[in-house]
Amino acid sequence: MTSTTTFEKHRESATTRSAVALSINGQRHELELDNRTTLLDTLREHLKLTGSKKGCDLGQCGACTVYINGKRVNACLTLAVMHQDDEITTIEGVGDVEHMDPMQQAFIDNDAFQCGYCTPGQICSAKATLDEIRAGIPSHVTKELTGPIEISDEEIRERMSGNLCRCGAYANILKAINQVAKDQIVKDQVAKERS
Amino acid sequence: MKAFSYERIDDAAQAAARAFEVPGSKFIAGGTNLLDLMKHEIEVPPHLIDITRTGLDDITETGEGGVRIGALVSNTALAANERIRCDYPVLSRALFSGASGQLRNKASTGGNLLQRTRCPYFYDTAMPCNKRAPGAGCAALDEGADTRQLGVIGTSEHCIATHPSDMAVALRVLDAEVETITPQGQTRRLTLDEFYRLPGDTPDVENVLEPGEIITGVVLPAPVGGRQQYYKVRDRASYAFALVSVALIETDDGKGRVALGGVAHKPWRRDEADAELGNGAKAVMAKLLDGARPTDENAYKLTLAERTLAALLAKE
Repeated sequence: MTSTTTFEKHRESATTRSAVALSINGQRHELELDNRTTLLDTLREHLKLTGSKKGCDLGQCGACTVYINGKRVNACLTLAVMHQDDEITTIEGVGDVEHMDPMQQAFIDNDAFQCGYCTPGQICSAKATLDEIRAGIPSHVTKELTGPIEISDEEIRERMSGNLCRCGAYANILKAINQVAKDQIVKDQVAKERS
Repeated sequence: MKAFSYERIDDAAQAAARAFEVPGSKFIAGGTNLLDLMKHEIEVPPHLIDITRTGLDDITETGEGGVRIGALVSNTALAANERIRCDYPVLSRALFSGASGQLRNKASTGGNLLQRTRCPYFYDTAMPCNKRAPGAGCAALDEGADTRQLGVIGTSEHCIATHPSDMAVALRVLDAEVETITPQGQTRRLTLDEFYRLPGDTPDVENVLEPGEIITGVVLPAPVGGRQQYYKVRDRASYAFALVSVALIETDDGKGRVALGGVAHKPWRRDEADAELGNGAKAVMAKLLDGARPTDENAYKLTLAERTLAALLAKE
C-alpha cells in the first residue's frame, strides 16, 4: 500500500500542532494545540469551561451545543484550530447564578431536567430555537415556507431534535421553552406599543 | 483520530493546487461528516486544508435566470434563503428534513454533496467493506446481514450502500450542476448524474472529482415552477436518515420529474420514469425501479417508494 506509507511518512515529518487565538465569552485565549483537538475538548480540557458536555462526541446528542458567531453548533464536531477570531459563546457566557438567562430560569421553574447533564446543550439549543423562529427560518414542520411561523409544540420539538435527554425530561423542557417564548411575545408586544 | 498537519488556504484555486501537492489531503469546511469519520478512523487524512475562508459563501443570481450557490453556504442559510424558498421549494424542504439544527448550521453545500454513506458496515471498522478498504469484501452481502436501510437499485456485488443526502435528491430533480476547479485552474460543471458514480467494482470512488479538484458551487437553472414536494420516510419523525425519500415536481403542462433518495448509491432519477408521471405512481416506478435487486430485508423499499409517490400525487 504505497499511499498508506506516503501518508504515514507525512504524518511523522509534518507539524501536527498549531497556534490559535480563540474568543470565548468575550475573552481572548491564545493556545497551542494538537490539530486534532475539537472545540469541545479545548473548552473542557484546556480552558476548564466544563459547562459544555461531552455525550456522544459524534454530533448526535447535542450536549456540547455552543454558539459560533451567534449560531448553534456541535462543539464536538469542529476543530479548535479552525476558529481563529470567531466569537464563541458557551453556557458560561449565557448566564450564571447571579445573572440567570430567562431560559435558564425557565428550566428551573419548570423542573426541565433530572440529572442535568444534557441541560447546558438543551438551554443553548432552546435559545437558538426561539431566535431562529424569530428570524423567520422555517423548519421541517412549518406549513408554509414563506409565511409567518407560529410557535407550537410541534415546531419546538422538531427544532430540538438534535438534543437528546436520557432522563426523558422532554415534557418539561417543552414547557420551559414555551414559557420563554410567551414572555418574549409579551415583551415584543410592549416594545412595539412603546415605539 | 490519527494526527494530521493543518493549514488554511483562503483561495479555492490555491487550495486545489495545494491538495494535489500533498497526497491524501482533504479539504475541511463544516467538518460535520469528515470529523465523525476521522474519529472512527474511517478517514485518516495526513493533511487537512481548511477552506472555510475562501469566500464561497454567497447565493447569487446567474445570467440565465438561475441561482449560484457557493460551496460554503451552510445548509441552514441555503434552506432559509428567500429566493430558494420561493423558487426552489423542493430544495428548502429537502434540507430542512435532514440532520439537526446544529448540524445544518455548520454543514456546507459542498460537504453535503460529498458526505459518505451511513451503511452500518462502512462505519464498523471490524467488518469488511469494499468502500472503506477496497478488495476487503462486503459484509452487507453476507447471509443474515442487516440490509434494511441499504440500496435496492444500481447496486453491485461489491457494494449496496446508499447516498445519504436529502439535498442531493432535490438538486437532482432541479437539474442542478456542480461547479468545480481543478488543481490546474480549470473549471468544469457537472450534472449530479455525471458527478456521482455507481459502486461497480470500485465503490470507494464515489464521484468523478480528480485528485485536488474542489467544489466551488452549485448552479440551479432558471426556476421550473410547478408544485414541488419532498417527502422523507424514516424511522423517527426527525433527525434520521431516509429509508426512502421522494422529490417531486409537477409542472403546469401536466409533466413532471421525480427523484428518489435512500435507494441507491446516488440520487435516483430516470427520464423514462419522468415521462410516465401522467400515468400514476405504479407506471413511474415500473420504469424508475426497473432492474432493482433488493434483498429480502429491503424489498419493502420498492413498495414504499411507489406508495410515497402515490400519496404525493394525490395530495390536494
